[in-house]
Amino acid sequence: MSSPVLSLRGVSKSFGAVRALAHVDLDVRTHEVVAVVGDNGSGKSTLAGVLSGALVPDAGQVELDGRPVTLASPGLARALGIAAVFQDGALCENLDVVENLFLGQEVTAGPLLDEVAMEKEAWSLLNKLAARVPSVRVPVGALTGGQRQAVAIARTLLGDPRVVVLDEPTAALGITQTAEVLNLVERLRDDGHAVVLISSSIVDVQAVADSIVVLRLGRTNGVFDADQVSYEDLIAAMTGATPVGRRTRPARREENVT
Amino acid sequence: MTGSTHPRTGAPGPVGGLSGLRSLLTQRMRSGQLGTLPIVGALIVIWLVFQLLNPHFLSSDNLVNLTLQSAATGVIALGIVLVLLVGQIDLSVGSVSGLAAAVVAIGSVQLGWPTLLAVVVALGVGAVVGVLYGALTTRLGLPSFVLTLAGLLVFAGLQLRVLGPTGSVNLPFRSTLVRLSQQGFLAPAASSAIVAAVVLGYAAMLMVERARRRRAELPVASPVDLGVRIGALALVLGSSVAYLNTNRGVGVTFALFVSLVAVVDLLLRRTRWGRAVRAVGGNVESARRAGIPVRRTFVSVFVACSTLAALGGVLSVGRLAAANQATGGGDANLTAIAAAVIGGTSLFGGRGSAWSALLGVLVIQSISSGLTLLNLDTAVRYVITGLVLALAIAIDTLMRRAREV
Repeated sequence: MSSPVLSLRGVSKSFGAVRALAHVDLDVRTHEVVAVVGDNGSGKSTLAGVLSGALVPDAGQVELDGRPVTLASPGLARALGIAAVFQDGALCENLDVVENLFLGQEVTAGPLLDEVAMEKEAWSLLNKLAARVPSVRVPVGALTGGQRQAVAIARTLLGDPRVVVLDEPTAALGITQTAEVLNLVERLRDDGHAVVLISSSIVDVQAVADSIVVLRLGRTNGVFDADQVSYEDLIAAMTGATPVGRRTRPARREENVT
Repeated sequence: MTGSTHPRTGAPGPVGGLSGLRSLLTQRMRSGQLGTLPIVGALIVIWLVFQLLNPHFLSSDNLVNLTLQSAATGVIALGIVLVLLVGQIDLSVGSVSGLAAAVVAIGSVQLGWPTLLAVVVALGVGAVVGVLYGALTTRLGLPSFVLTLAGLLVFAGLQLRVLGPTGSVNLPFRSTLVRLSQQGFLAPAASSAIVAAVVLGYAAMLMVERARRRRAELPVASPVDLGVRIGALALVLGSSVAYLNTNRGVGVTFALFVSLVAVVDLLLRRTRWGRAVRAVGGNVESARRAGIPVRRTFVSVFVACSTLAALGGVLSVGRLAAANQATGGGDANLTAIAAAVIGGTSLFGGRGSAWSALLGVLVIQSISSGLTLLNLDTAVRYVITGLVLALAIAIDTLMRRAREV
């Protein structure tokens, strides 16, 4: 197994008296989809925040290629090659696809925008993801939820990041659109990105993930090989029902630290 | 993907012909992207109705007056378009224009400043007001609706103080500003040359763009489509200018207003600043996450709006050869705001075009001019303008609902 691109080591994060993450470890490798699942309040969104640079952990380390880094802001994380897609995609519905893709990093020719270059690049990004949109000149508001996620994901690819973090990309989508987005996730992996898929849907996660990390009440409650773990095992790990076999790492190993 | 697709890029090919136009229209209507189409239609209807009621309405003399009356309000409305685009409002444009008018009049008449200096100082006052609004909304998070309402009173008060006890200052008719506003018309040869230059420039721009798109293997517009667009521009611009030239011609102030609209339109569509403005108006949070300098964008827009309002005040001083306590008061404020909305700029932010300032102000001034020709008084004018505004808001709201379903 290759060495991880991005690792979390004993990361903790509290909001006031609430401990959202406690001693969480995570390894992400290129050509690999690591899924993070958990029930509501398990700390998934906090983890997404830490990975994307939106939140700075109170304790523990974020390592990039084995070297500790501080992801102080989403911009810094992007610069280090970690891009995040948020649940709502963070798109402007009144802008068209090209405008959204290049928002904040427009290509200019002199004082004016270079629309031709941007439109060409937009098609090549969307084609790379095999994403289908009717036109790159329609406002994003007129697209389906799946197409919007495709645009949001394509946008992360602009800086050619090594790690792509997807926070609940399928939460608001129907069955067909979910399948489309999962195809995009696989394509990201096949293109050599390291992918973190944060989700509350076990079905989605089992469809595309290589390994599955279960969070429960802010702690890692098991790391599973996606090919071997069953739906029931995952449910058990997520809800805290009787732990069952095939666990590759003991859970709650630092139960008494707090 | 249905229809013709480009072999290499996978981009859908151009849709041409009448059926393409119709499907484009229905698609736009369903998705709530009608843009300026309804307002152009409304303007034509208004003109036809008034022409039927009074054959003098579409006379070149009346239309020249119409353009002269539109310039000052139109410039103010252009600023309103910008603040509406970022999802804010400036209710004080009337009193800011009044204050600027007072500054120009006092400066050039009583203090003996050169006209240019007086104008620059007046515009500077507008810019300072904008910086103030921008700072207070972005740093303290004050809602612009109430903040500018407060500003309306403050600057109306300052306007009275600047004008002094007489409350009115008349400009001599030999003043450059007055001569330019009242008798400044482009020579027929000059205006025709400008039209030719604009049409040729537009055609060249489209051709260059088309060549670049072809080289980038993107779908290109058909030659017929290009011809129609260039022809339409040449027809509208050429015939209006030719018609105005049969009378006094194109007023300098109106030409200034139209060029400002064209420049703002270019800034909005083709610069990073313009894209930031529309992004912030569409979704502030998304814009911030995309790395847009949100605060700077808000401040720049407030500055542009107040400065344009001040310019509107300066133009009205020139036109009336006077600044008094009523300048920018009364319905001037609301007319400018109504013009932006009637012209098709959404009250909900993010959607609209600089051209809506021109179209909106033409609608309002046409109604005003038509009713005056019919000897109907201000009361009727207020009611009808109000009803048109209500209709415009209804369309805006329905379009927004259509987008959300």
